[in-house]
Amino acid sequence: MDWQGQKLVEQVMQILLLISGVVAVVVGYATESFRTMMLIYAGGVVLATLITVPNWPFYNNHPLKWLDPSEAEKHPKPQVVAVASKKKFSKK
Amino acid sequence: MHSFGYRANALLTFAVTILAFICAIASFSDNFSNQTPSAQIQILNINWFQKQPHGNDEVSLTLNITADLQSLFTWNTKQVFAFVAAEYKTSQNSLNQVSLWDAIIGEKEHAKFWIQISNKYRFIDQGHNLRGKDFNLTLHWHVMPKTGKMFADKIVMSGYRLPDAYR
Repeated sequence: MDWQGQKLVEQVMQILLLISGVVAVVVGYATESFRTMMLIYAGGVVLATLITVPNWPFYNNHPLKWLDPSEAEKHPKPQVVAVASKKKFSKK
Repeated sequence: MHSFGYRANALLTFAVTILAFICAIASFSDNFSNQTPSAQIQILNINWFQKQPHGNDEVSLTLNITADLQSLFTWNTKQVFAFVAAEYKTSQNSLNQVSLWDAIIGEKEHAKFWIQISNKYRFIDQGHNLRGKDFNLTLHWHVMPKTGKMFADKIVMSGYRLPDAYR
């Protein structure tokens, strides 16, 4: 999942859970049924899980642009030189 | 949100937090219910009234209990626990409460009832103070919720009196 997808997933998850919580309380209170409230909320949680947890393709619409390998070879990593500093130490 | 496990964990945690809020709201809504319970108790008969070998008074009563506790049930009620206690004052104790009968009411339909029984639990005094004693019969109830705060209240019925001599 790319960065944009991750941001989208977090927002969708929070909104879906909040809305199913609110709907559950309102419908449960109106029908005087605790069981209805719990069933609606459980349904909302399952729905949110199905939409946000698996790595669906539409979360990968902005894929990361990795550097081309030939470009990376032109800029090699610097090597650390340890031999010179050892000599200086023994003189002291 | 970079991996399956991370997203599943985040979702589960947030879902449980919201569940806690839902239960708190459900419990809070109990404050808005309009409760109008009623009850009446008659003592039909004093079966016997004796002094036990250890010196404590004991009395056996036949009670007729009529009650309508249906308005105590809300959407968030699991059951109502009701009990009848005899309350009186002695020179030793400023308040004596002796539980005579109790019941667990699981459904609203069973909350309007009429029952005639002798006392379920023994009415024994700490001492021998019961002759000629005036006492109250109080119906207490505890409304046990499915989630949240439990409410308790009572109806006090006074004017009952035990005989002046043992039978």
